[in-house]
Amino acid sequence: MRPFTYERPTSLRDAVALAQSSGAAHVTAPVQYKGGGTNLIDLMKLDVMRPTRLIDITRLEGERLHTVERSEQGVRIGALVPMARLADMADVRRDFPVLTDALWLAASAQLRNMARLGGNVLQRTRCPYFRDTTYCECNKRDPGSGCAAKDGFNRLHAVFGTSDQCIATYAGDWGQALIALDAYVEILSPEGSRSVLFADLHRLPGDTPWIETTLAPGELITGFVVPGGPWPRSKYLKIRDRESYAFANASAAVALDLEGGVARDVRIALGGLATKPWRATKAEAVLRGQLVTEDLAIAAAEAEFADAVAYEHNAFKIPLGKATIVRALMELTEMDA
Amino acid sequence: MTDDDFLAISRRGFLSVSAASASAATMLRPGVAAAQEEDTSALDRQMRQVTLRINGQSRTLNVDTRTTVLDVLREQLGLAGTKKGCGMGQCGACTIHVDGRRELSCLSLAVAAEGQEITTIEGLAGGGELHPMQQAFIDNDAFQCGYCTRGQIMSAIACVQEGHAADDAQIREYMSGNLCRCAAYPNIVAAINQAKTQMGRG
Repeated sequence: MRPFTYERPTSLRDAVALAQSSGAAHVTAPVQYKGGGTNLIDLMKLDVMRPTRLIDITRLEGERLHTVERSEQGVRIGALVPMARLADMADVRRDFPVLTDALWLAASAQLRNMARLGGNVLQRTRCPYFRDTTYCECNKRDPGSGCAAKDGFNRLHAVFGTSDQCIATYAGDWGQALIALDAYVEILSPEGSRSVLFADLHRLPGDTPWIETTLAPGELITGFVVPGGPWPRSKYLKIRDRESYAFANASAAVALDLEGGVARDVRIALGGLATKPWRATKAEAVLRGQLVTEDLAIAAAEAEFADAVAYEHNAFKIPLGKATIVRALMELTEMDA
Repeated sequence: MTDDDFLAISRRGFLSVSAASASAATMLRPGVAAAQEEDTSALDRQMRQVTLRINGQSRTLNVDTRTTVLDVLREQLGLAGTKKGCGMGQCGACTIHVDGRRELSCLSLAVAAEGQEITTIEGLAGGGELHPMQQAFIDNDAFQCGYCTRGQIMSAIACVQEGHAADDAQIREYMSGNLCRCAAYPNIVAAINQAKTQMGRG
């Protein structure tokens, strides 16, 4: 690992001031925030991320960074809440199971104790060509160097949102729950705070796969707001190569508002299949206002995957992804909620 | 590193200033200060003095900012019970307790651990008696080579304390961050079932 200076401010204002730098993108900036560090320290050991200064944000003062607040308007979640803490909140699990499922089905108990939610949504791809610096081609790691995955072993790669420059899968789970529930993300910079739709946080790779989000270098996520709800009839279904402690081959965050079997509202987001958290708007359109049957769920899945693009080894993700949507929908229709 | 080395680095000004004074300076011209300081591609090693609380004792050490808690335990403090498996947060062999929660010491920076109560496998037994989980691993033959065992035991104690050991399925789910290459899993589940009763969480 390369040397770095370490700062541990206690005020948000100091943290954001310390983090200003001349980086070209949030993830390549020479100054990085360190929360739990579970992704950052790993990538620094691998020499994939090379910051020269870390700003430890775990001891920042400010109650709202560290707490979960419930109100009529919804749920607000501080960015420094550990994954495990939200996962184990009984009232959130009862009213928004998709928000807690997507956490306890992710990582391991140790990692969930360390990792904070603000960093969780920014976790970087598990593409092996990105994580292993002995491969010289990776546009995400080294802009302009090419993409070894397109013609390499791409079983784990995306079928939605890819480009000629990058086909790496977004690795996270919780982001799918947030995008499905139309959540907002609160962002702080020296100029002040702003709130944007979570759906506008992540970018498609396009011609600049190293610019993964709309965050400017040095901007800090301070919290998330899930408006409305509750969504008791919701879940996160995660399909993996092994039963636990693995990344998704396909996953679905699904929330249903059912009235007499008819979908008054439906939210679907897909994980393990796309280059960013993926809202399945085409599938939702097929289902909204309709009686939810297995045939209709299959039609919805077909609509969403009509323009999926497979590579040499990941074509299995198209039928797997469709089946994941259908199973999640059917389990929700049968749920007591 | 000797004290002389540490002082030499300190005199050259590479020792990081405290967060408070750094903040005050940076608030004046944050962008310029950061760009000038951070754009140097080859930074020298950065040393810090830290005081860690480990198994109830305070230990003051000089560490490189890159040093993990795992390496401090094993290399500087002689607490070699905590094992380095993958060193990348994937195997769980380095599991310790931080403020009562199980965490991975291989992904934890020593400089970031100041003020936290760290417990390692060496801190479990007291008054000549093993912790019930240690005894349960022996009673149930819950290991073969033993390399993952310290991490398994630390994780298992936390699993019970968290209330995530209700049945075999939940134990397996909440212990999935601890890999055992010898596949002693059935016996590990049995050991946790034995110990959870003795720990008053059955």
